[in-house]
Amino acid sequence: MKFKALTAAVALFAAPMAFAGGADDDNLVINGDLEITTKAAAPQHLDGVLDEVISGWHFRSDETQALEMDDFDNPGMIFVDQAVDQWNTAEGSEGKSCADCHGAPEDMAGVKAVYPKWNEAAGEVRTLQMQMNDCRTNRMGADAWKYDAGDAINMVALMSSVSRGMPVNVATDGPAAELWQKGKDLYYTRTGQLELSCANCHEDNYGNYIRADHLSQGQINGFPAYRLKNAKLNGVHSRFKGCVRDTRAETYSPGSEEFIALELYVASRGNGLSVEGPSVRN
Amino acid sequence: MRLTAMTATMALVAGAAFAADVAPGDLQFDEYGAIEESLTGMAGDAENGAKIMASKSKGNCIACHEVTALQDAPFHGEVGPMLDGVGGYRSAAELRGIVANAKMTFEGSVMPAFYKTKGFIRPGDGYTGKAPAGDELPPILTAQEIEDVVAFLLTLQDG
Ligand code: HEC
Ligand code: HEC
Repeated sequence: MKFKALTAAVALFAAPMAFAGGADDDNLVINGDLEITTKAAAPQHLDGVLDEVISGWHFRSDETQALEMDDFDNPGMIFVDQAVDQWNTAEGSEGKSCADCHGAPEDMAGVKAVYPKWNEAAGEVRTLQMQMNDCRTNRMGADAWKYDAGDAINMVALMSSVSRGMPVNVATDGPAAELWQKGKDLYYTRTGQLELSCANCHEDNYGNYIRADHLSQGQINGFPAYRLKNAKLNGVHSRFKGCVRDTRAETYSPGSEEFIALELYVASRGNGLSVEGPSVRN
Repeated sequence: MRLTAMTATMALVAGAAFAADVAPGDLQFDEYGAIEESLTGMAGDAENGAKIMASKSKGNCIACHEVTALQDAPFHGEVGPMLDGVGGYRSAAELRGIVANAKMTFEGSVMPAFYKTKGFIRPGDGYTGKAPAGDELPPILTAQEIEDVVAFLLTLQDG
């Protein structure tokens, strides 16, 4: 890829001018054959708000975009490999691995696309990490993973990678509706001393630069995201936490009810986009 | 004497308000959101105002605004209007009101209030993500820093 020849400094200075004006028109095809839907008609609940939903991929530089187009270049895939080992490793008092109950990781294709999701038996909306920890503690007799930390986020990346290309399709109605509404309220709440909401940056200003950052719609179809900035996989709640902190606000914690609600709502704003994680972002 | 002088310097560094300053809670906005009176009674230092506008830890105004006179400082954002010439079509009173609390001029503006200390939802301790110590936050800019920024904005005559 010829863009890789550009030095980092040139890319840094060229970026704000070269790409100002919104999402680009590139197409995301991974490994030459996996087509990713990165622009889609907005789901109905966004009527009058957004016409089109757009993956954060379109707001990154060509160099960063290229890293996601080939699994050998995508640093996030290293962690997916680690998760495959974890998937096959028996743990806990029951001596079971994920594979013992679920088969191959590929058998989980489609799962990531519908989370967070209402769990009837538990009477709660669960994120993928909550569901994984339920398996660990109740079926394996193993310890719960820490929210958004290494093992958990690697496994989310594996679950995401086997669903890549499938449309995000998170349910907003029925028993999930109440938490969804709570997430929506949070999305539009102007927090902190800067009094900014998610919508102020990601709905009103996507496509604009805020200092050196090209604002995207803040979609989470690409999560976990490998960020060049911290050279690791980042979870949705950790990303939310960073954004809330940047409004000079007291943040919520990864795994908190507020962030579960917000994840449900933000995920539903991306209904119709492809599952894309692990993505690469700056 | 030395001690007193040091304390004064430290207060300055810490950005504490002086007794003569108009406190954030006592701002007098007119019906258009302008503030007629200087917040300090002292002339603003335009050069310092320029620094504040470019500094990430102070105004960080260029995060949202493009200003040709500050083009040496990277990077300028696009969230707000470009400010070239704003000193020609806005008065000092209007600019003071906008910088102190832009929402009094532009209802619902995304521009943060730089001289406001309470009435926030989940206020934090700066950019730490933690809860603040008291129930009032220090304003993002001091009264004199607001005056300095206004003085600089008034130098932006050509747009
Ligand atoms: C002060 C502006 C600002 C606010 C407010 C803000 N964000 Fe962000 N957010 C950013 C910037 C800058 C980035 C990095 C560039 C990008 O992807 O948009 C970002 C990135 C993101 C991403 C990563 C997108 C991707 O494709 O990698 C998500 C998700 C996100 N924000 C969600 C949120 C949510 C949810 C809220 C509210 C709780 C929020 N943001 C509030 C500025 C903000
Ligand atoms: C988060 C974004 C943001 C930041 C930070 C910000 N502004 Fe603004 N500013 C805006 C927007 C948006 C407007 C346009 C008013 C509106 O529609 O809300 C504006 C309007 C203005 C205006 C009026 C321009 C006109 O044409 O009348 C001035 C002057 C101004 N800003 C100065 C500043 C200064 C000085 C700072 C820093 C101390 C600053 N701004 C920081 C977003 C911002």
